[in-house]
Amino acid sequence: MTQQVAERELTMSRAMVEAIKQEMEANEEVFVMGEDIADYGGIFSSTTGLLDEFGRDRVMDVPISETAFIGAAVGAAQAGMRPIAELMFVDFFGVAMDQIYNQMAKNTYMSGGAVSVPMVLMTAVGGTYSDAGQHSQTLYGTFAHLPGMKVVVPSNAYDAKGLMHSAIRDDDPVVFMFHKRLMGLGWMPSPEGPKNTVPEEPYTIPFGQADIKREGADATVVTLGLHVHRACEAARELADEGIETEIIDLRTLVPFDTKTVVDSVRKTGRLIVVDEDYRSFGLTGEVVARVAEHALDDLEEVRRLAIPDVPIPYARPLETALNPSAKQIADAIRDTQ
Amino acid sequence: MYDNMVTARYYEERLQEEYLEGKQPAFDISAGPIPGELHLAAGHEASGAGVCQHLRDDDTVTGPHRPHHIAIAKGVDLKKMTAEIFGRETGLCRGKGGHMHLFDPSVNFACSGIIAQGCPTAVGAAMAAKKRGLDSVAVAFLGEGAIDQGGFFESLNLAQVQQLPVVFVIEDNDWAISMPKDRVTDVKDGSMRAKGHGMPGERVDSNDAIAVYEAAKKAVSRARNGNGPTLLEVQVHRHMGHFMGDAEAYRPDDELERIKKLDPIPRLEQDLLNEGVDQSELDEIRTKAHERVDEAIAWAKEQPEPEPHEALEDVFHNPPEEWVEAANMAAAQEGDD
Ligand SMILES: Cc1ncc(C[n+]2csc(CCOP(=O)(O)OP(=O)(O)O)c2C)c(N)n1
Repeated sequence: MTQQVAERELTMSRAMVEAIKQEMEANEEVFVMGEDIADYGGIFSSTTGLLDEFGRDRVMDVPISETAFIGAAVGAAQAGMRPIAELMFVDFFGVAMDQIYNQMAKNTYMSGGAVSVPMVLMTAVGGTYSDAGQHSQTLYGTFAHLPGMKVVVPSNAYDAKGLMHSAIRDDDPVVFMFHKRLMGLGWMPSPEGPKNTVPEEPYTIPFGQADIKREGADATVVTLGLHVHRACEAARELADEGIETEIIDLRTLVPFDTKTVVDSVRKTGRLIVVDEDYRSFGLTGEVVARVAEHALDDLEEVRRLAIPDVPIPYARPLETALNPSAKQIADAIRDTQ
Repeated sequence: MYDNMVTARYYEERLQEEYLEGKQPAFDISAGPIPGELHLAAGHEASGAGVCQHLRDDDTVTGPHRPHHIAIAKGVDLKKMTAEIFGRETGLCRGKGGHMHLFDPSVNFACSGIIAQGCPTAVGAAMAAKKRGLDSVAVAFLGEGAIDQGGFFESLNLAQVQQLPVVFVIEDNDWAISMPKDRVTDVKDGSMRAKGHGMPGERVDSNDAIAVYEAAKKAVSRARNGNGPTLLEVQVHRHMGHFMGDAEAYRPDDELERIKKLDPIPRLEQDLLNEGVDQSELDEIRTKAHERVDEAIAWAKEQPEPEPHEALEDVFHNPPEEWVEAANMAAAQEGDD
């Protein structure tokens, strides 16, 4: 078997589906539910083909009632099953936040550890295609801020598969946030990068281990999701100018890999945090604070690039202006030198 | 009513053409002159027109994500609405909202991309009218998929218990994206849900626009006369995909053919002719409607796009000092570039 494992590249959506499929084959207790996940295969192709393989009992279209079905996933998980619930766009979390935050994320703690909630809440995030304020948010910070759920944000197919295996096997609730632009959908082109080599056999990527995408001595860029690719583009450009950028892809926000970030800043002295979430009270502030706590003496320059506390606008020039671009990232890095 | 229906139909046909420009042969949602998603309502016209015929400017309407036919019938400014859909500065929302999020306070129209969430705000508008002793009413439109949402049930209850002047209008097109009604509910007639709240409910077929008109007349006058809320369900049909770009692999082959035969527009034409209206009169209405639509689209396309710094405006009506400074700085910087 192993001899003939060919190098194959998968899109992020195919890689996610493969992990779900393998976990469903291995464990009868895993099932998927959500809106348009059966016949449609998920609006962002996160469940394509699963219906044919597993049937409607294990791949369930549900009514448009997030409170009911996300809450039902919590209940089924507490009963020992391993549900995967899809919230079509993260923006819709509001109608079901009680089930997410007051039940899914709190029951383990409030039961004094008597109860576990081994479920995955997977959801699409991100803008850049003019879908306006109720369909383009990332909300990484919101979910990571509220205690009790693990938060995963893959940037490429290899990571998506490994992190999905880990998410399904984890005994805690995991929020798996995939960026629409990275999925490799025909109708929403991806940047270069998220489609990469993915082993066929199951494998896990442990939570809380950031990935150093590129090493460099001159500046540290800490980012996640779509902006890993924008940061890499910026770094390639700067390399031509002789500036070597280290790029850290966080991969998970809870748990958070403080060590990798701090070690890098100790080396470079310059920290640029890039996020597609809102700026204030969020991820960028959190990263800067951790570095300040652990490596204040080494910190020479800090820049934050994020959505400037404005709902995501519809018109292209407006959205483009707010969403950190490769050029803005390059400028920010240059600015720290 | 006929005028509104033919305007809406032609409007959607023209938007479809415009939307696909630049998106063919390979569909890319972020390309072309109209940004973002586009949900068209061809086949729904009779519900918007039949209900709004009874409304005044001071009556409030909240629409769903498929709003154009309702907006047209409510008298939303067609030019400004079109400019908004094209993402222009002179659009209803200055390019911030887009097609699912149209706001026209001059005729009290608003819509949201979050399923069923127009129901509570319609209840609020009715509450305001009642408290002020006015005889204006509020109408919330939503899809049959949306009536599984908690916000809908809670709104029915609140409206009934406080005897508020609200009409809830379900547009039942049998589909919620890819999910057929019978897979997500066992209640065939959505208006039955009124029973559980002790309010009147009625179901009509949009194939017969006059029947919709009559049912809405009763419901609206009930509300206006202080007799409380009503739930109406209108059987409509979705002639197109859920959104532009939806390949509709889930839809049975013969369905489109069947529902196109149930088109409310030719039926109303025939009814009007039978009542002695002259064909030339209908032709004239249609020609004028088409001219109006073409004019609105041509006008919208000539409008300027917003300047990037405008993204920072409108977050607040009474912006904090620091906010104003930041916006002014961004504007000044743009001026320099
Ligand atoms: C709270 C929430 N959940 C899910 C969605 C995604 N969504 C948008 S339209 C739609 C289907 C709505 O179906 P229906 O209410 O029947 O209206 P139709 O599209 O058929 O007109 C769904 C699930 C959403 N916008 N908001």
